[in-house]
Amino acid sequence: MKSLEELMAIRDKARAAMTDREGNGDGIRIVVGMATCGIAAGARPVLNAFVDEVAKRGLKNVTVAQTGCIGMCQFEPIVEVFEPGKEKVTYVKMTAEKVPEIVANHIVNGNPVLEQTVGAVVKD
Amino acid sequence: MYRSHVLVCGGTGCTSSHSNEIIEALESELKAKGLENEIKVIKTGCFGLCALGPIMIVYPEGCFYSEVKVEDVPEIVEEHLLKGRMVKRLIYDETITKDEIKPLNETNFYKKQKRIALRNCGVIDPESIEEYIAMDGYQALAKCLTEMTPEDVIQVVKDSGLRGRGGGGFPTGLKWSFTAKNAADQKYVVCNADEGDPGAFMDRSVLEGDPHCIVEAMTICGYATGATEGYVYVRAEYPIAVNRLDKAIRDARENGLLGKNIFNSGFDFDLHIRLGAGAFVCGEETALMTSIEGNRGEPRPRPPYPAVKGLFGKPTTENNVETFANIPQIILNGAEFFSSMGTEKSAGTKVFALGGKINNTGLVEVPMGTTLREVIEDIGGGIPNGKKFKAAQTGGPSGGCIPASLMDTPIDYDNLTAIGCMMGSGGLIVMDEDNCMVDIAKFFLDFTVDESCGKCTPCRIGTKRMMEILEKITDGKATLEDLDELEKLAYYIKENSLCGLGQTAPNPVLATLRFFKDEYIAHIVDKKCPAGVCKALLSYSIVEDKCKGCTLCSRKCPVGAISGTVKNPHTIDTTKCIKCGVCMDSCKFGAIIKK
Repeated sequence: MKSLEELMAIRDKARAAMTDREGNGDGIRIVVGMATCGIAAGARPVLNAFVDEVAKRGLKNVTVAQTGCIGMCQFEPIVEVFEPGKEKVTYVKMTAEKVPEIVANHIVNGNPVLEQTVGAVVKD
Repeated sequence: MYRSHVLVCGGTGCTSSHSNEIIEALESELKAKGLENEIKVIKTGCFGLCALGPIMIVYPEGCFYSEVKVEDVPEIVEEHLLKGRMVKRLIYDETITKDEIKPLNETNFYKKQKRIALRNCGVIDPESIEEYIAMDGYQALAKCLTEMTPEDVIQVVKDSGLRGRGGGGFPTGLKWSFTAKNAADQKYVVCNADEGDPGAFMDRSVLEGDPHCIVEAMTICGYATGATEGYVYVRAEYPIAVNRLDKAIRDARENGLLGKNIFNSGFDFDLHIRLGAGAFVCGEETALMTSIEGNRGEPRPRPPYPAVKGLFGKPTTENNVETFANIPQIILNGAEFFSSMGTEKSAGTKVFALGGKINNTGLVEVPMGTTLREVIEDIGGGIPNGKKFKAAQTGGPSGGCIPASLMDTPIDYDNLTAIGCMMGSGGLIVMDEDNCMVDIAKFFLDFTVDESCGKCTPCRIGTKRMMEILEKITDGKATLEDLDELEKLAYYIKENSLCGLGQTAPNPVLATLRFFKDEYIAHIVDKKCPAGVCKALLSYSIVEDKCKGCTLCSRKCPVGAISGTVKNPHTIDTTKCIKCGVCMDSCKFGAIIKK
């Protein structure tokens, strides 16, 4: 180790790999339904896509978690986004391909992708 | 990138309840489910709640599983890690409220704790230098070497008010400045990890959970005092700690954090491990250094102090593990950060190993000045089985007891000294109404009699004579004159022994005499042991009205001392009875009493 910069570079890299141990805090939580129905409908690639996308963008204060059956098995895979002080947003029939759009518009810019939410789908 | 981290405690407590097997099972189960690239398993250091081990925490949820068994692993993987349904029956019940998971630091056990020395224990993988660096590790060292002079470093440590955590409570900054002042061709830094007090395991947990912080702190100390070599003297009975420390030293060397020209500053430092062979006296600083030199571990008179003539006759700074563990945080956050915690003359926090008659046995770190009541009732969860708190022993065989009447004393160095106790290294053994204080004093004195190195007469012979008087008392053969003799001898040994071991050996006797003299007198005058512990003074008998004549006790009695016929009250032949208590434990009607 020859310099502080060198140490900091290692620190930042190692820290990025540990962010999910900081707990939920006040950040945004992305929760993927991972019961048998969700997994059968393809929730696992969706979950992994969220993890990758959040990591790629280096988003702080965002955790990707999983939960059990949300209750609307016909709309699986279901993803719910919890933001402190806001109504939760429920995305249905998710695929890995839709993930970057949701992260970019909703998580980063705060604009939920309404056409993918349960409200839009059920109306149809 | 992993979506979930599973932290499993790899401290000694949890390892002995099979945490290694749990980790193996977890890894193979994750592999079987194809989750090995999604979920990372990390073996970490002690979480502190040893009573509930083995402990597992799953992030990002922060779900705290306790008393996990190998058989539970498939369920945790299938339900929680695969399907995202937490296994409620395994969650530490204090963390569940309705359907929500309460963060761990809001539970009674953690709420009042303040973790400085233990900050990384149970948080990082102790075998990963990257994870230590991620938690700002080695930044304090970088700051010292690139921005501060050795004098600056010592000044910060002085201003922080840090005092030696090994028991003596000597101001650490002052100690460092003594070594720094003495010019020599070679100086040393020594870390005392020869933790020998019965019931104390703070240092072990720091070494097991965060070994790099000791490497970093010793290097800082070397820079501040002008030493280029350090030794960690650690008990051979701590294999996990030794292995992790060894790995930490090798990794630090590989990353250029030990060795030549660290941070391009021109400063060289390297570390060595020396294993202690389990002699309590080697925890005394001069005996410890004699042992490192390869000689029999015996103390020598001071002065000269180690700062003048220490290891291999060179100026040496010696500190305890927990003292060192505070150093990087003090350097990084400044003296004020540390001195603002605790009390005026005892800054910072102290780690205690809670043991004995308490619900949450384990490791806790609280600000100095926290009262014993808070530690025992709030953090420790009180006394099991609804028993009454009687006293707590601090400082092991060198310390004394704090009785229930002084439970609201804020714990710090000076308050404990004022009541004839001592901070000691941090073992806190809780006793309830079933403990006999004479017996406790005998237990600790028995320990020092065994561990006296024999070099000086007051300690070698004096403690043995004290022990004989205590045995006379618990056998019911002592007189009140013996009690006076015991006290006289205790003061004589304190004043005339060569080292700390002998000077403090009579403390448990003196402290119990001070607060529980009535118990001694009951043994001597009434020939009774009020707590019902001292066998010679007990007799078992059967209450006729309560005995149903089930014959269970007479069948269980190993010496055939109980006689009687079916459905008729039995009797105990006290001449045959060996007072083992088996009859009392087996009686379903509470018909057997001891007094």
